[in-house]
Amino acid sequence: MITATVETRENYLTHEYGVKSWLLTQDHKRIALLYLGAISFFFFLGGIFATVIRLELLTPPGDLVSAQTYNKLFTLHGVIMVFLFLIPAIPATLGNFLVPMMIGCKDLAFPKLNLLSWYIFMVGGICVLYAMLQGGVDTGWTFYVPFSTSYANTYVILTAVGIFIAGFASILTGLNFIVTIHQMRAPGLTWYRLPLFIWSMYATSLIMVLGTPVVAVTILLVALERGFHFGIFDPALGGDPVLFQHLFWFYSHPAVYIMVLPAMGVVSELVSVYSRKKVFGYKFVAFSSVAIAVLGFLVWGHHMFVSSQSVYASMVFSFLSFLVAVPSAIKVFNWTATLYKGSISYDTPMLYAFGFIGLFTIGGLTGTFLATLGFDVHVTDTYFVVAHFHYIMVGGTMMAYLGGLHYWWPKMTGRMYAEGWAKLSALVIFLGFNLTFFPQFIMGYLGMPRRYHAYPEEFQVYHVLSTAGASVLAVGYLIPAVYFIWSLRYGKLAPDNPWNATGLEWQTTSPPLPENFEITPVVNHEAYDYSILEEMKVG
Amino acid sequence: MNPSFQLLPEQASATAVHLDHLTLYLLIVAAIFSTLIFALIFFFAIKYRRRSGHERPVEVHGALTLEIIWTVVPFILMMIMFTWGASVFFEMSRPPDDAMNVYVVGKQWMWKTQHLEGQREINELHVPLGRPVKLTMTSEDVIHSFYMPAFRVKFDVLPGKYTTAWFNPTKPGKYHLFCAEYCGTLHSGMIGWIYVMEPAEYERWLAGGSGGESLASNGEKLFQYLACANCHRTDKPGRCPNLQGVFGTAVRLTTGETVKADEAYIRESILNPSARIVAGYQNIMPSFQGQVTEEDLLQLIEYIKSLGKPGPQVGGPAPGANPPALQGGAAAPARSLVPKQNR
Repeated sequence: MITATVETRENYLTHEYGVKSWLLTQDHKRIALLYLGAISFFFFLGGIFATVIRLELLTPPGDLVSAQTYNKLFTLHGVIMVFLFLIPAIPATLGNFLVPMMIGCKDLAFPKLNLLSWYIFMVGGICVLYAMLQGGVDTGWTFYVPFSTSYANTYVILTAVGIFIAGFASILTGLNFIVTIHQMRAPGLTWYRLPLFIWSMYATSLIMVLGTPVVAVTILLVALERGFHFGIFDPALGGDPVLFQHLFWFYSHPAVYIMVLPAMGVVSELVSVYSRKKVFGYKFVAFSSVAIAVLGFLVWGHHMFVSSQSVYASMVFSFLSFLVAVPSAIKVFNWTATLYKGSISYDTPMLYAFGFIGLFTIGGLTGTFLATLGFDVHVTDTYFVVAHFHYIMVGGTMMAYLGGLHYWWPKMTGRMYAEGWAKLSALVIFLGFNLTFFPQFIMGYLGMPRRYHAYPEEFQVYHVLSTAGASVLAVGYLIPAVYFIWSLRYGKLAPDNPWNATGLEWQTTSPPLPENFEITPVVNHEAYDYSILEEMKVG
Repeated sequence: MNPSFQLLPEQASATAVHLDHLTLYLLIVAAIFSTLIFALIFFFAIKYRRRSGHERPVEVHGALTLEIIWTVVPFILMMIMFTWGASVFFEMSRPPDDAMNVYVVGKQWMWKTQHLEGQREINELHVPLGRPVKLTMTSEDVIHSFYMPAFRVKFDVLPGKYTTAWFNPTKPGKYHLFCAEYCGTLHSGMIGWIYVMEPAEYERWLAGGSGGESLASNGEKLFQYLACANCHRTDKPGRCPNLQGVFGTAVRLTTGETVKADEAYIRESILNPSARIVAGYQNIMPSFQGQVTEEDLLQLIEYIKSLGKPGPQVGGPAPGANPPALQGGAAAPARSLVPKQNR
C-alpha cells in the first residue's frame, strides 16, 4: 500500500475528456473540483476587495477611494467571502470529494442533485457578480433594515436574489450528505467507526438544511419590502427593524458553524494521521459537533445586546452562548491530548492543524468575551468583533481548508506539491494573519468602530500594523496558488497512501477510480486504527 | 498620555472602571488557557516528534476523568464571566432616578442633542461632571448606534422607537462620540465630541449663547399650535383625556389592559392614536404622522411630563391656559415648528 502503484486503470480525471464531460458530470469528485475552481475564484476576488480596504485604512482620512466605494468594497468582501467562499468552502469541495470515499461508496445518494447544486451556486454567484458590475451594493453583508430596504440606492435586490439562490445549493448539498451518510455506509462502517470528518459534515448538513431556509425567507422579505413596501421591517410602514435582526442572525450565527464545524472535522483527521494515534476521546469529539450544531441555533441574540432587545432576553442568550463554547473547548483539549505520546511529523497539513488550533483557541476565547454581556456592549460593532470573527473564519476555517487541501491534494490530483514551499507558505500565512488581525483586538477595545472609511488619528498605528500584516498574508496565499497549479503538471506522482492514513479514501488509487473502489470495502475496525496498516503490510 | 499610542481607552466613568475590571478577568482566563494549550502543543510536538518512519505509538485511550475536568472547569470559569458580565450589563441598563435627561436624535449623518433647558447641539454634547446623564434616543431614518468609548456606553438608536443609555462622567475632558451601526455613505463622518465640564462651567455654558426656551415650553407652544388643547383640556372634562399628571402612571385602555404612560406610549398616541385608546374615550384623534418631527415629539413629551409634576415647573403646567390665536396647525408641514438654533 505504501509504494506508488503504477496506474493500470483510468482514473476519474482521465476516463473522460472534454468540456462536456465536466459540465455534465455526475461524479462527486469532479463536482468537487468544479466547486474548487469556483470558490477559488471568489476567494481571490474577495481578497482583492480586502486588499483595497486595507490600503485605504493605511491613513486616517478617506483618501484612496470615496466613502461610497469603500462601503461597497467591505460589503462585497463580506458577501463574497461569507456566502460564496466560506460557507461552501469545505463542504462543497473536500466534503463532496470525501464523503462518499470515506464511507466506502461510489457516489453521493443523489448525483444529479449534486450537479444541480453546483449550477444553482453558479447562478447565485453570477447574480452577485452582475450586481457588482452594475455598480455594487453598499448595505454591508448584514443587510440591516431600514437602510437596505428604504435608504440604500445600490443594487440590493439583485445581490439579495443572488444570495437567495446560492442558499439552495447549500440546502441541496446538506440534504445529499445527510441521506448519503445514513444510507450508503460500507458494510461494517457503524456510526462510531466513522471518521470524525463525517460526523462534522453530518452536523454541518443539519444546519444547512434547517437554517438556510430562514435566511432565504429573510432575504426575500428584504427584497419584497424594498420593491413593494411590504411593511414588515420598516417602522414607517408599521414594521419592526429588530425583527429583521432576529431572522437574519437566526441563520447567520449558525452559518458560522457551517464554516467552522467542517474545519474541526478536517483538523481531527490531520491531528490523528500526523501523530499516528486515534483521536483522544473520539465520542466526545463526535458528539461535540452535534452539540455545537444544536446549541448554535439558540444563541443568535448575542449579536443584539444593544439592539433594544429585552435585557432578560440578552441574559438568556448570553448564558446559552457560554454553553456552546463548552463543546468547542472539549475539541481543543482532545486534539491536544491526541498529541500525547504520539509520533508527530511536521508535514505541511499538520502545520496548518497546529495553526488552526492556536488561532481557533484565540478566536474561541475572544468569543466568550463577546458572550459576556457588559463587555459586548463596549466592543460590539468595533474592530474587536472584526478581529474575533476573522480569527474564527480565516484563522479557523481557512487554515483547516488549506490544511485539508494539502492533505488530500495527492488523492485529488495524483500529484505531490512542493513540500518546502508549502511549509514556508504555512508559516507566512500564520504570521501574516496574526499581524493583520491581532492589532484589531486592541484597536476595537480602544473604540475604533467597524465599517469606518475614515478614522481618528490615534488608531493609525494599529491600522498600519494590520495593513502590513495583510500584505504578508496576501503573499502567503499566492504561494500555494502557484505551487498547486505547478504540481498538476510537474509534481511528483502521488502514491496511493502517502501519509500512511487509515481512512477508506486512502485505500484506493490516487487519483481514485471513477467509481472510487474496485470492490466495496468492508470495515472491521475503528477509525484511526493504525495497527491495521501493519496487518495490511503483513497480509 | 501619548495620543499616538495607547493600549487602554480613557476611563471617564465608574462603569468604565467596572468594565475594565471584568476585562482583566477575561484576559487572565484567556491567558491561562491559551498558554496552557500552546505550551502543551509545543511540548508534545517536540517531545513526541517522529524520529523514524516505523514508530508505533502506544494507544492512549480516552479518559473520562480528563473529559469531565476539561468540561467542568471551563464551564465554571465561564459562569463567572456570565454573572459578572450580566451585573455590569444591568448597571449599564438602569439609569439612576436622579439622572439628568438629554434627548438624542440621530439622522444620516449627524447627531442632534437637546437639553431640557432648551440648548441644542449638533455632533456635540456638553454635560456636567459627576452627574448621571440619561439619554433618550431615536432616529429619523435608519438605525444608528450612540457610542462613547470613554464611558463604555453603546446603544442602538432606532427609528420609530425610544432607546435609553446613561453615563456618569467622572473626569473632565473631551471624548469621542461615534456612530457604531453602519448607516450609509458617511457613516464614518457621523462622529462628534462629548464635553465633560466642571458643574459651574457647565451652568455658564447652559446660560450663555443660544439658550432659547426650555423643551417643555417649546412643547407647550406646539401643543397650542397643533390645537391639542382643544380636546385635551385641563380646566374641564374634554373629548380627550386630561393629560395633567398622566406621565408615568398606569392608564387603563378600552381593551381592559393597562399601559404605562411613558415616552413610547405618548409617542405612539400622537402618531398612531387609534393603536391603544384610553378607556372611556372615543377613537376620534387624528394622526399627527408626517406633521411633527422627532424633535417636536420630544418637546411635546417633555411638556406632558412637566404637566405631571406638582408645583411650578420650567414651562409650567398650563391649567386653563387659553389657546393663543394659532390656527390650522394640522396642515403644517412636517418640519419643526419652533425656531431652531444650530440647524
